[in-house]
Amino acid sequence: MFKKLKRAALGARVPHEKGTAAMATEKMPVPAKVIFPMVQHIGKPCVPVVKKGDTVQVGTLVGKAPEGISASIYSSVSGTVQALDTYRISNGMSCPAVVIETDGQQTPDPSCKAPEVADRESFVKAVADSGLVGLGGAGFPTWVKLSPGTPVDTLLINAAECEPYLTSDTRELLENSDTVMSGIRAVMKYLELKTCIIGIERNKPECIDKMETLVKGVEGVSVKALPSRYPQGAEKILIESLTGREVPQGGLPAQAGVIVLNAATVSGIGRYLADGMPLVTRRVTVDGDAVKNPKNVEVPIGTPIQDVLDFCGLKEDVQLGKVIMGGPMMGVAVADLSGPILRQNNGILAFSAQKAQLPQAQACIRCGRCIEACPMGLSPVEIAGAFKKGDAQQLGKLNIDLCMLCGSCSYVCPAKRPVTQTMRLAKDFAMKEARK
Amino acid sequence: MENLLKVTASPHIRENVTTRGLMGNVIIALLPCVVASALIFGWQALLVVGVTTAACVGFEWLYCFLAKKPNTVGDLSAVVTGLILGLNMPVFMAQKIWIAIIGAFIAIVIAKQLFGGIGCNFVNPALVARIVLFTGFASAMTTWTFPAKANDTMAALGVDAAAAATPLQLVDGSGASLLGSYPLKDLLLGVHGGVLGETCAAAILLGFAWLLVTRTISAAIPLTYVGSYAVFSALYHLSQGTEALGAVVLHEVLAGGLLFGAVFMATDYVTSPFTLKGKLVFGIGLGLVTFGIRTFGTMPEGVSYAILFMNLLVPYINDLTRQKALGQKKKKKEAKAA
Repeated sequence: MFKKLKRAALGARVPHEKGTAAMATEKMPVPAKVIFPMVQHIGKPCVPVVKKGDTVQVGTLVGKAPEGISASIYSSVSGTVQALDTYRISNGMSCPAVVIETDGQQTPDPSCKAPEVADRESFVKAVADSGLVGLGGAGFPTWVKLSPGTPVDTLLINAAECEPYLTSDTRELLENSDTVMSGIRAVMKYLELKTCIIGIERNKPECIDKMETLVKGVEGVSVKALPSRYPQGAEKILIESLTGREVPQGGLPAQAGVIVLNAATVSGIGRYLADGMPLVTRRVTVDGDAVKNPKNVEVPIGTPIQDVLDFCGLKEDVQLGKVIMGGPMMGVAVADLSGPILRQNNGILAFSAQKAQLPQAQACIRCGRCIEACPMGLSPVEIAGAFKKGDAQQLGKLNIDLCMLCGSCSYVCPAKRPVTQTMRLAKDFAMKEARK
Repeated sequence: MENLLKVTASPHIRENVTTRGLMGNVIIALLPCVVASALIFGWQALLVVGVTTAACVGFEWLYCFLAKKPNTVGDLSAVVTGLILGLNMPVFMAQKIWIAIIGAFIAIVIAKQLFGGIGCNFVNPALVARIVLFTGFASAMTTWTFPAKANDTMAALGVDAAAAATPLQLVDGSGASLLGSYPLKDLLLGVHGGVLGETCAAAILLGFAWLLVTRTISAAIPLTYVGSYAVFSALYHLSQGTEALGAVVLHEVLAGGLLFGAVFMATDYVTSPFTLKGKLVFGIGLGLVTFGIRTFGTMPEGVSYAILFMNLLVPYINDLTRQKALGQKKKKKEAKAA
């Protein structure tokens, strides 16, 4: 009981800023050009299977997943392959990319047919063919999650959407609840799971109401309201909140007997089983104080960020200062707006130069707020100290490996220190030392 | 050059709380004590507090200037140290104001800046200065006289203000019989001898409430400190068969520096433990040491030494009271010890 209260108090009180939650999704016109980097997921890069001059249609395979953890990439447009290029991804590495000039016809590939699914094996294969990855931001290939190495009894649907601004999962639940439910039923059926819990943060009462009506009478499926505390949607935190189970250190959710799927991902499974069209579009929340008309947009994957921002309009009197892919807590700042929307991008946030200005860091006053805020129960201030000394052993003792870089520690720091960045460096350092 | 996009590591937003804001909250919380000390001891109280504050800020600026360090006066921590230091002196100090300036030097330069400035001191700067002054200028620091003017204020409040010693000293001086004989009203309003900030319990509690409302500090340390002290004291008096147990314990809690120390000095971020568990251990330790010094030591007051002693233990408390991480495996060493 005490522990529960304490855990509920952990995390950061971030602002919600969910101004786009009530707006119906708008479909974006087809851009002139789309780009498909071969890394849009966690795992091995895909291999381009088209060459310059090839014609492609909506749903045509452009990047084939190699053996192992990966997920194939499909064209979101019909058109002609303009070039095979290289693209620099956010971690600084480069990967091949397929650039396609669109013809505006959006002809679907005739080979896209609803898959025949009879058992667990064919189901996992269908999900692998769908090109689905975790649409909540991480981009972990979904079919891998559905092939757990340890016995699993519960499916958890992550609709917490704890990042400020983002509402793409909210809209998914409200607009596509039928495919969410059919996806849930399919996963439960073929993986023989008895229970499913849909976790939704309390700041989305309309989603909670809607899903509660839908799950009535569906055996084993329930909805659970979660406290609106960042980061409720982080996998390990969600598992603890919904089931009380802890993912063992260094382990996967399956070791806690659960599979966690994002709401949009499970909806994607439902959709693919119905029409066989792989993952080619996604919903993106476009918001931020530099955007004229913030909204949710259904975007063909690979659309340049600039096109999406143009569609929503940028305020003329505001100097653009920073553009983030994802939410403001864990998203990646982009340097170049010609880059594409990736499969796992749930938001594009454009901030004014004024808002992009981060405060100057001062000396740590050891107030312990980072410890209070850490959802994993770590001690960022002590980790920063151990990192400064280069003490890998102490970093291990302080469980640096459990840090998921959620950003809560930086967010609450009154001295405005880049705590999360230090945690990232410390984590890399400790991993390198451990490999020695 | 065209205006480039800013690329920084996540997170991209920050909470509105700043170091300056937190220190500002502490300053606001100290104001009732400053006002109360002026009402009780007269305008000289303001002189003492004003001089220590100005001297602390001055030394902070001077040190940063001479050491070519970034100027840290703006974080207001020197103001907090100066206010706390001033409130730790008797009003008599107004007549020997140079001692107060020495105190400010010890606090800011010796105890804080020489160890690396804000966040790096291992003991509370104001506390070190107070202890050094008590040792070096014992008679000046323990001259509890009321200025004549203050007596008028007292009279206006309808209180007999003859007491020149701190009520806590009566414990040792005149034996246990005087314990509990102070009217509760006098203890709450603080119309008795003592250092400037410690006497008025009502003002301290007002400041405490502000610190809690603004989430500047956690209530854990003050509550466990005062609470555990009261329990130890009650048990002791019970074993001694003291009459009017409640009044005696209340007297011990309200008189002397316990409340001021518990709210403003033991809760210093830098020199108190990080986790709730650590804070509870720290608070109980403070209660025990204070009780030990007051009851069995030769000094009537033990708060500052207790805080100093516990400050030194903070790194060990932190090491032993770390919170368990989510999913954390039992470490080999810990498993062996268990």
